[in-house]
Amino acid sequence: MTGATPASGVRPTVNSAAGCFHCGLPLDATAFPVVLDGARRDTCCRGCQAVVQTIVDNGLAAYYRNRTAPAPVARDRDPVLAELDLYDLPEIQRNFVRDINAASHEKEALLLIDGATCAACIWLIEQRLARLPGVLSATLNYATRRARVRWDNRKTALSSILFAVASLGYAAQPYDSNRAEARFQRERRVLLWRLFIAGFSMMQVMMYAIPVYIADGAMTPHIEQLMRVASLILTLPVVLWSAAPFYAGALRDLQARRAGMDVPVSMGIVIAFAASLWAAWIGSGQVYFDSISMFVFLLLGARFLETSAYAKAIEAQEQLVRMVPATAERLVEYPGNVGERVAAVVLCPGNFVRVRPGAAIPADGVVVDGESAVDEGLLTGESRPVNKRVGDALTGGAVNLDGILTMRVIRVGEDTVLSGITRLMDRAQTTKPRIAQVADRVAQGFVATLLLLTAVAFSVWWQIDSTRALWVAVSMLVVTCPCALSLATPAALAAATGAAHRAGVLITRGTALETLARATHFVFDKTGTLTTGRMTLVGVRLLGNTTRERCLACAAALESSSEHPAGRALAAAVPGVYPVSASVRNVAGQGVEGLIGGRLMRIGRPEFVAELNHQPLPGGLDDEASGAVVTIAFGDEQGWLALFMLDDTLRHDARDVVQTLSGDGAVVIMLSGDHHARAVRTARELGIEVASGGASPKGKLAQVREFQRQGAIVAMVGDGINDVPVLAQAQVSITLRSGTDLAQSTADIVLMADQLGALVVARRYAKRTLRIIHQNLVWAVLYNAVALPLAMVGLITPVVAAAGMSASSLIVVLNALRLTRSER
Amino acid sequence: MDILYLLIPLSLVLVFLIGAVFWWALHSGQFEDLEGPAHQILMDEDEFPRKP
Repeated sequence: MTGATPASGVRPTVNSAAGCFHCGLPLDATAFPVVLDGARRDTCCRGCQAVVQTIVDNGLAAYYRNRTAPAPVARDRDPVLAELDLYDLPEIQRNFVRDINAASHEKEALLLIDGATCAACIWLIEQRLARLPGVLSATLNYATRRARVRWDNRKTALSSILFAVASLGYAAQPYDSNRAEARFQRERRVLLWRLFIAGFSMMQVMMYAIPVYIADGAMTPHIEQLMRVASLILTLPVVLWSAAPFYAGALRDLQARRAGMDVPVSMGIVIAFAASLWAAWIGSGQVYFDSISMFVFLLLGARFLETSAYAKAIEAQEQLVRMVPATAERLVEYPGNVGERVAAVVLCPGNFVRVRPGAAIPADGVVVDGESAVDEGLLTGESRPVNKRVGDALTGGAVNLDGILTMRVIRVGEDTVLSGITRLMDRAQTTKPRIAQVADRVAQGFVATLLLLTAVAFSVWWQIDSTRALWVAVSMLVVTCPCALSLATPAALAAATGAAHRAGVLITRGTALETLARATHFVFDKTGTLTTGRMTLVGVRLLGNTTRERCLACAAALESSSEHPAGRALAAAVPGVYPVSASVRNVAGQGVEGLIGGRLMRIGRPEFVAELNHQPLPGGLDDEASGAVVTIAFGDEQGWLALFMLDDTLRHDARDVVQTLSGDGAVVIMLSGDHHARAVRTARELGIEVASGGASPKGKLAQVREFQRQGAIVAMVGDGINDVPVLAQAQVSITLRSGTDLAQSTADIVLMADQLGALVVARRYAKRTLRIIHQNLVWAVLYNAVALPLAMVGLITPVVAAAGMSASSLIVVLNALRLTRSER
Repeated sequence: MDILYLLIPLSLVLVFLIGAVFWWALHSGQFEDLEGPAHQILMDEDEFPRKP
């Protein structure tokens, strides 16, 4: 993601003459200039201007020379900045701030940095933080985008650190270090250490083994014995420490009375080691130390590749959006106006809470005062904001859009709707159909057969030639060491996971690719999946004599300060300068009123506008108008001026994806929580045959279950929390990056590029992976089918056994690595 | 060939020494961030605000 970093001092420049100097967005007529290195640079907005000024004032302008990607656009962050103070509250800090040294007030926190796009960003943030007084150290991990900051709490506060990051145009959020990621980091270290021991020992033991093979008895017994003992010493840590996970796995398998791959792996290691130990002890016979360490190394290598691929998946989980805000403004008494900031966790049922526009609702409750539009899209899938008046229920996690609401808390914590959805998701997950991996099915029979055959061969050889019996048995276990079989699937999956990630597709479960390749039904959610989830102006109907341009300009002027998504969409649809609007009044849930050129104008709900002009809406709301997600009326005291239709736009690649999938023989289905007519219309536009609207989360779940009952393998593509139970029920679940992060955490596959087209890429990868897994398995089976009988009749010498086993594993791994090559 | 009686034990000692170095590297976080340092060397840290 970093772009090129040429060796010479010349770097590709990111800024184009036309775009904003900071974020690269196109410039409007009004530019916000800054002076850098004596030259005037234009930025697109006040936010970007402030950020550039901060960077230049702090002597960090080198950022602009070194960066390889434009910065995120710096929005006006005032509301965010005001919230930062809250992070100094001890009850909020409890979760993510660690006391390093109480005496020196040294504290440490991990910050999640959002918006860092290239190495220069990392440098910029590190430099800025390091120069803050009181900050003892600040390091930012390039791969995980996490900053570890230590500071002296007497000299600075966490909020100042967060403020410093925010003033550079990035968002920083403290995060709990005791979670999965820290645990994963520890596990990764241990695994790397095991892998290193096995690999290093393998190389060194090989150095001792090869001369013995080459000399073929010409070596003096003393030297040969010395080599054996040296090999033994080096193999000891491999067998005792590196291979420990396999013993643990085998033990688990035995306790569960299964024959997993870990059982013969462990047996092979232990028997070969015991036999070699005996050979080394009596000073004659074959030692297998080189084979043992190589075997362990290859297996651990595959395991390491796998875990590294999952590292990214855990990152997505850790970025779980905090739907419920960390703090709430609790009213000291009600009725009363005095609010106090408290942590959301201390709220109790019966408390009164004030929710300001733009803030998230901290708990479930009921409105006792005020009126506002509330965005419950994440909970219900409804793209339209819902109007809330006194007496209406509020759901925790929803976002208050335009008015101040006072609510009485009814349910908190575990009892909230949000927690309920989470529980539903858990249940769906526990009943998730597990598709057994091909390798496991093959391995089950293979392992049992292998053990049986080894026992038989041993007893037969015991009768014929008791001195060779043990070596034949070991030869069998080594040569057929299920290495190739147990590597076949994980190696291919690990390689595919890595390759897919580079292509912008994040696989969070090993089984996902296999299932995706076999999926017969693709179920799509509408809002936010097939559509972008953002409103855009799709139509204007003029109702008066005023021109379209004039109507739009006036409407945009009225809506320019609106926080309502529809208003923002309208304002965004009009480029250029608006007429001046005076005495603008925002009527919560209704619309906006203001004076333009001396005329009083209203924009908003048709009823709201009708109160001003006392005329019925000409023609009423016909099909076209009611088909749009949102219809906004616009008028003045004389009459109606225009109707604006806003709709959620389709993703540009949605149509292609649907066509590719159906061309591939899959059934494409759309289940939407949106209005039925709208859902069907969208489906028709995209060429989706089966569509249904008005589906509740439970209804979607039931439909998916029904498909599964008919034998379908369902791939669910969705976002939004309401989709989470359905995502978990489907055999394979896919979400887009823009989706709520909660949905991501349970999804099997996340399309990071936020483009639906990546789904097609993912499916292609999945099919290739499945093909390679099959090839690997066929190879493993063929190899074993040839090698096992040869070993049984005693034709395979231990040297050949070891070489054959290693070669077989290497072939499997190399075949799997073909997946890492990009498609083009 | 007698030299092998010295060289082989010596190689064992070396192996354990290298293992110890790797252990230190692993636990001091040398393998945590494999991409960042490659970019950081290209950045100058000695630039300070220009005097107007």
